[in-house]
Amino acid sequence: MLVYLLRRIAQSIFVALAMMVIVFFGIYMIGNPVDILISPDATPREIEETMARFGFDQPIYIQFFTFVGNALQGDLGRSFVHGESAVTLILHYMPATLELAALGLFFSVLIGVPLGVYAGYKADKWQGRAIMTGSIFGFSLPNFWVGMLLILIFAVELRWLPSTGRGDTVDVFGIRLSIFSENGLQYMILPALTLALYKASLVTRLARAGTQEALVQDYVKFARAKGVSETRILFVHVLKNIMIPIVTVLGLELGSMIAFAVVTETVFAWPGMGKLLIDSILTLDRPVIVAYLMMTVLIFIVINLVVDIVYTILDPRVRVTGGTA
Amino acid sequence: MSVLEVHNLQTHFFTDAGVVKAVDGVDFALNEGEVLGLVGESGSGKSVTGFSILRLVDPPGRVVGGHIMFRGQDLAQLPEAEMRRLRGNKIAMIFQDPMMTLNPVLRIDTQMIEAVRAHEKVSAKAARDRAISALAKVGIPSPAERLDAYPHQFSGGMRQRVAIAIALLNGPDLIVADEPTTALDVTIQSQILAEIQELARDTGTALIWITHDLAVVAGLADRVAVMYAGRIVETGQTDAVLTAPGHPYSVGLLGSIPGHGQRGERLTQIPGMAPNMAHLPPGCAFAPRCFNADERCRSDAPGIDEIDTGRALRCHHPLITPGVSA
Amino acid sequence: MTEMPAPIPLRERTADALPWLVTAAMALATLALAFGPDWSSLPARVLMLIGFVAICAHLLRGRGRQFFNGPVAYIAAGSLLLLVVLALFANEIAPQNPYDLRQLDIMDGRLPPGSTTFDGAMTYHLGTDEQGRDILSGILYGLRVSLSVAIIATLVAMAIGVVVGIYAAWAGGRVETILMRLVDLQLSFPSILVALMLMAAFGRGLDKVVIALIIVQWAYYARTVRGTALSETRKEYIDAARGLGLPVRRIIFKHLLPNCIPPLLVISTVQIANTIVLESSLSFLGVGVPITRPSLGLLIANGYDYMLSGQYWMSMYPGVALLAIVASINLVGDRLRDTLNPRLRK
Repeated sequence: MLVYLLRRIAQSIFVALAMMVIVFFGIYMIGNPVDILISPDATPREIEETMARFGFDQPIYIQFFTFVGNALQGDLGRSFVHGESAVTLILHYMPATLELAALGLFFSVLIGVPLGVYAGYKADKWQGRAIMTGSIFGFSLPNFWVGMLLILIFAVELRWLPSTGRGDTVDVFGIRLSIFSENGLQYMILPALTLALYKASLVTRLARAGTQEALVQDYVKFARAKGVSETRILFVHVLKNIMIPIVTVLGLELGSMIAFAVVTETVFAWPGMGKLLIDSILTLDRPVIVAYLMMTVLIFIVINLVVDIVYTILDPRVRVTGGTA
Repeated sequence: MSVLEVHNLQTHFFTDAGVVKAVDGVDFALNEGEVLGLVGESGSGKSVTGFSILRLVDPPGRVVGGHIMFRGQDLAQLPEAEMRRLRGNKIAMIFQDPMMTLNPVLRIDTQMIEAVRAHEKVSAKAARDRAISALAKVGIPSPAERLDAYPHQFSGGMRQRVAIAIALLNGPDLIVADEPTTALDVTIQSQILAEIQELARDTGTALIWITHDLAVVAGLADRVAVMYAGRIVETGQTDAVLTAPGHPYSVGLLGSIPGHGQRGERLTQIPGMAPNMAHLPPGCAFAPRCFNADERCRSDAPGIDEIDTGRALRCHHPLITPGVSA
Repeated sequence: MTEMPAPIPLRERTADALPWLVTAAMALATLALAFGPDWSSLPARVLMLIGFVAICAHLLRGRGRQFFNGPVAYIAAGSLLLLVVLALFANEIAPQNPYDLRQLDIMDGRLPPGSTTFDGAMTYHLGTDEQGRDILSGILYGLRVSLSVAIIATLVAMAIGVVVGIYAAWAGGRVETILMRLVDLQLSFPSILVALMLMAAFGRGLDKVVIALIIVQWAYYARTVRGTALSETRKEYIDAARGLGLPVRRIIFKHLLPNCIPPLLVISTVQIANTIVLESSLSFLGVGVPITRPSLGLLIANGYDYMLSGQYWMSMYPGVALLAIVASINLVGDRLRDTLNPRLRK
């Protein structure tokens, strides 16, 4: 287990380094890094200072190590627009995105698992087919358009929920979160649902396939022979078995949730790092873009690592063999 | 007094290739505490008969006819909700492969307690205590600790013991055991056989033991029913059938048990293959493989004849004569 | 599929090659449709429709009954055909050329559905946008942009993926390891993120969107093709072909490729739908197609500001069109997967 863990961590570090190489040389390919990391409005003195800090007057391999060194210290340049350190800026906006993605993930399980289990149970009946066709629509609905429709229906027409913005936040260990305040949660529901829709379709399909597979197993028949109710069979025996692959996939999907939040956050004017990214792209605030990229890469790597570890804990069979191997 | 009476049971599978009459008119009865051996090759319909009694036949299979009278009520007509209340409570089942019957991701206690609580409103504590004593009864050492384990932490034999303990939990009147020892090592097979025999005797539970192995039945069953192609072809007291089989198929089954005949004698085999259940021959289903078959066997199917008390045969040319059986 | 390397009669060879020639011609025509200074001529577009129907018919030859197994299949195929016709013949069908500024009247801006022009000569069935552009016409032309961009990007990405995948499987060793690591690395990031970064670097533009969409997709095909190619190269007929001393090129084109393509076709159908969604997302975010060639996503974005004030039609109807095209492609793709690839059926 320990060996496995160390190997996984080493792999992750390698991916992080590889991404740094790609980002660094990507910047070079696009153009002069001076243009990318230094504001066009900067004074000559500022330019000189930044040039020296990133060592742009040095040969390229030294520049690369300076870039890596700075990146490791959390220095990826200063935002042209906000004047703050790009990394600090991203960190400031990150909690809003993470809580949105987390709630979205929760919604997608809440919607997808029951639908998928039911569709698997009624696989050959019209109910099962209807759910599967519906899930194709879930895949097909563009994220931003769903968000708009939800705003139109629930905010503009019915006036049940607020349309855009973030609402009240509560400080949790110095981090501003909406999820713990009632008002803040109201603001989260529509964007989180929007974000959840695509994943909910994915979960539905996964859950259906898993349910169909589990239902023909002997242990289900044996549970029936014990007189256990169908509800309990579905939601204890089957669910427990299909949750392992679903949790694994969903963990990996958390990363893409964060990426897709870019669209949702723009629709709902949600002040997360996705909205920050789009604003930065539109205002050519390049240090923030680079910082966003590096930070999401880091998040992805951490997520992949955590999912792998959680997976080994979740599955009792893997846990034991992993312990001896 | 009889616990179970099965009349003209018919279970058909509606497949793309046609209707397969897996069970086609099976009759038998079982008295309290009696052990019936249901014997036949794979595909003879013996397992489907067992699953039909619990109404657990998977689609495309369906019980299409007959009566399954259990303590006076017809299981074939019972609403699903009431059937569920009987399963695991009054009628329990033990499956063939112990590696597959326990849910791999649920702990043993969960799987045992739910079996108790599905039928009785008892506290989790009481259900747990009952599970511990059931595990102890089937010979699992330190049952209280083992209850917290997952199935994969048990060996095959131990898992089958757990399955048997689960079957015994609610003190059933009838247990249907579908080849429960086939997947186990020979040494464990005989241990489990001995234990089940003892448990059935102690608790007075009637037992239907489904197997392809006549040797297993020999020491265990009071009566034997031999199935071929969805029908019972011979039934009688175990000793009688084993010493003087009346149906050529029973003879064939006996011939393939090592150690039954003389030492040095060749094991006889039943020639040919198990029949294609979707396309049975018009006459006796066994005729194509029978050493004794004639034109009559190939054209019309024999009915079942009671040739002695408790001894019946489905054959035009029985190998024993009425009244002579031991 | 396990044909032995025997000489193939010329007629059969032409029959084999025909679908690919048609596909290639269609790709070129789509390219012209998307990038051409003015829209391609009517006969060319009629030919494209015929080609489209021919490819579909070829895919389904002998399996029509399996494909059309219920009302959903009919509806999906019907609406897909309808939308393709609408996109192809937008010039003829649309009441207005939305790109021709002379036809627009700013006085007609933001009219609700059903309004007419001042002189009553034309009805805006789906309303107008802030510049007085007929929404229906905008949708028809936008549909064309969305479809053609997605189709080109998918076809080119598929071609690149096939080449890389087969090369990796064939070369093996270090080349394969490096290529596949690269593919893994790229696929571990969501496509929208990669596309956003590329567009942030490139700036918006039709050609740039297409390039970004190609870069986003190629790795996916490369992985799939390598998988199929690997399992195919292990099969005996490839050994047999090698044993006969057939040139590598011939083995790849005559034996490997034909076996790798069928699963790809199924994937690419669904992939076109994904690409349409991705492009519309980029355009919605303002980093996709230019305002001079609005796709459905950009139309939705343009109307978004008026949505909250109740002028829903500017965003709503392009959105319905987007949903219709994506859903019908996905539904058709789902049926195709079931029909062409029973192994994938779950």
